[in-house]
Amino acid sequence: MFHSVLTDTLVRWILRAGAVISALVMLLILIFLLIESWPVLGQITPTRFFTDASWHPLEGAYNLMPMLSGTLLASVGALLLAIPLGIASALFIIFYAPAFFVLPYQRLIELLAGIPSVVFGFWGLTTLVPLINQFHPPGASLLAAILVLTLMILPTITLTTHSALKAVPDEFLHGAAALGLSRWGMIYGVVFPAAHAGIVAGIILAAGRAIGETMAVLMVAGNVVQHPQGLFDPIRTLAANIALEMAYAMDDHRAVLFVSGLLLMILVMMLSAMAGKIGKHKYV
Amino acid sequence: MNPDQGKAVQTDCECDDAYTLGPLQMGPPCCDPEPVIQVEDLSLQYSGKTALQKVTLDIYRGCITALIGPSGCGKTSFLSAINRLTDLIPACQVDGRIRVDGRDIYDSACNVQALRRQIGMVFQKPAPFPLSIRRNITLPLREHGITQRLTVESITEQVLRDVGLWNEVCDRMDTAALSLSGGQQQRLCIARALALSPQILLMDEPCSALDPIASGVVEDLISRLSGHYTIVIVTHNLAQARRIANYAAFFWVKERAGQLVEFGHCRDIFESPTHELTAAYVNGIRG
Amino acid sequence: MFDVFAINRWQYYRELLVQLIIYILVLLVSAVFIWLLFDLTRGGLAHLSWEFLTESPRDAGRAGGIGSILVSTLLILLVALFVAVPLAWTTAALLSEFVPTTSQFGMTVRFSLQVLAGVPSIVFGLFGNAFFSIYLGLGFSILSGGLTLACMLLPILVSTAEAGLRAVPQSYRLSAAALGLSRTATLFQLLLPAAAPTLAAGLLLGIGRAVAETAALLFTSGYVDRMPGSLLDSGRALALHIFDLSMNVPGGDTPAYASALVLVVLLLSINIMAMKLAYGLQRKRIMSV
Repeated sequence: MFHSVLTDTLVRWILRAGAVISALVMLLILIFLLIESWPVLGQITPTRFFTDASWHPLEGAYNLMPMLSGTLLASVGALLLAIPLGIASALFIIFYAPAFFVLPYQRLIELLAGIPSVVFGFWGLTTLVPLINQFHPPGASLLAAILVLTLMILPTITLTTHSALKAVPDEFLHGAAALGLSRWGMIYGVVFPAAHAGIVAGIILAAGRAIGETMAVLMVAGNVVQHPQGLFDPIRTLAANIALEMAYAMDDHRAVLFVSGLLLMILVMMLSAMAGKIGKHKYV
Repeated sequence: MNPDQGKAVQTDCECDDAYTLGPLQMGPPCCDPEPVIQVEDLSLQYSGKTALQKVTLDIYRGCITALIGPSGCGKTSFLSAINRLTDLIPACQVDGRIRVDGRDIYDSACNVQALRRQIGMVFQKPAPFPLSIRRNITLPLREHGITQRLTVESITEQVLRDVGLWNEVCDRMDTAALSLSGGQQQRLCIARALALSPQILLMDEPCSALDPIASGVVEDLISRLSGHYTIVIVTHNLAQARRIANYAAFFWVKERAGQLVEFGHCRDIFESPTHELTAAYVNGIRG
Repeated sequence: MFDVFAINRWQYYRELLVQLIIYILVLLVSAVFIWLLFDLTRGGLAHLSWEFLTESPRDAGRAGGIGSILVSTLLILLVALFVAVPLAWTTAALLSEFVPTTSQFGMTVRFSLQVLAGVPSIVFGLFGNAFFSIYLGLGFSILSGGLTLACMLLPILVSTAEAGLRAVPQSYRLSAAALGLSRTATLFQLLLPAAAPTLAAGLLLGIGRAVAETAALLFTSGYVDRMPGSLLDSGRALALHIFDLSMNVPGGDTPAYASALVLVVLLLSINIMAMKLAYGLQRKRIMSV
């Protein structure tokens, strides 16, 4: 009797210790990002990240704006392409596909969800960039970044939309059919309103992925620090900037990179908090 | 039962509200039985398993026909074959013929959407769409090409009055339909079906998921609809069938397949059934 | 009035149009993805051989193989799993079996893991560099790379394990308690075996995530492509090798294709196994009901 109570207590404490460590990892990451960015954050006013003349970290010019705009433009562009494609894919699987197409197409999307970003980047670099280059040099550009990101987040949007659509109760579908609604009438009028929370949460999740993506964008975007004038201009994203400059960054420069990491994390955290909030809502 | 039925509708119309269901247009129901749905040798299979075997049955215009019988005897399958909702169930095979107004609805040229517009359906579980109360009614209207604002609004108000919901919801038409109570949701579903002005209403145990009071309200509503609509109602509640129906069809399970045992005037089925199974069932001995 | 043979023309054409659009978009998606897979296979297959898998890279990877790269990848993975799995599974066991879902402690841990799951991998790289490589003095090494990945894997391992434990029917716990089993015995004898398929599926998903990772390893495990001598040596992961070959090595495309093919095939088999396990579990649960 006593023996088992003792092991129970012991096991409980071991489990508790494990959980505490797991929870502390997040805190540790935040603390270290803050410590490392402190040399800059403590000295200069944060507005300088937006008002400095340019990004020349070695000369003390820390304008993050071009990179921020690059990140946002690439992500928004990718979302604009991936949302219709992803939703169409999910609709196809659930409502439109002939029976023998459902499984192969679903497998294809699942397969793509598992392809690592570096492979997407590599393919973009060897196939897309030369292709775009033929139309409009230099090829490595905002457009290439958008296309590669689209491919990367498309499976995410398809799979989340698919499960949101699957979760719509049959009663709604039968009710709609019994009223003589056509297929699109049912999808547009009943299914989308019923599933919109899940779909939006999935899109936000995908947006977080697009903003945080490093390797694929790094490989195809050209990495010139500038506000792009058009789709064919090269851009540099925040994440890519970190990957590019970390290797040789010293002192303040290194600290600024950590600041941009912190900025990236806050952006993504806000998005995932939003997704969590929306995902909980049902039928409102 | 039946003579009372006619009177009940008549008395109902004494209230002079322009929007409630008016006096009967086509005389007392069921004096002159004219079949509107003719079912011939209808068999239904779900992935090879027979759910319904060779049912032949006429449904008469303007009457309430109750389908009674134990669970799993194919009543609901029968109902969903009439508006071809069986199309939605994969591996469901329908044999035989159903004619509505003399035309075969399983004909390939039949437009299923138009058919379902003419044949409304109310389900066991109230399932208004996750939209506002107003949009629950306007959505199917617009879908069927009724887009004029004034028409849509007047139809909406009229059907809500018809189901007695107008006074309860007129000040919150844009709130979520799912915030209504169960009985209100079911009446909204009925209103939604009525808005398309169908000829026929199929009801699959419309009261069984409701509490007794709400169930009473819905039942009253159904008996008031009689004469205006041809109603086919599945119910487990024999007393209810007896109260509201003009005709009754009794289904039973034989060798795991549902079959029609007896069909006739409601009074005959309950008071002088010809089949011993029917007698046993309606007297509560079996089933 | 009652004409079910009439066709609403406007509606009919709208249906056709929507269907057409969806088919075109799906065709587009399929075509692009098949193009991608075809490219990878064609580019990689020619260069793929047994020697390629076993030899170390020479001439910055242009010649030779990916033998040492595979070893480094495996070592980084093992370090990550060795650290992350015990932590994750104890956390999951605690969250699902020992604290109520609404407790402050449970909510805090869960929230923290949820946030962790959303952190971009490059930020893990920054943290790993600052904490493991510099603060703990591990330098650019397999060890610091593996530890960084361990942090990354925690959320996915915890959430799959917790879901698996929660899926075990409550009746198991009640009957075990009724038989006087201690909670520890219940956990080890009953719940963990019952949840084993999900735990394994989660593990495989975690492995897939780790093998695919690049950005977090850039400044933690480093670029050195020699065969690692110890865990404190720098070692180049396969995904990083692809990146380096295509970006920094002119003429490295052919071995990069082959490496990418190896990586994709590896991940594909891991994913298929994970899916098989997860589906198998579902089927078993449906059949037992």
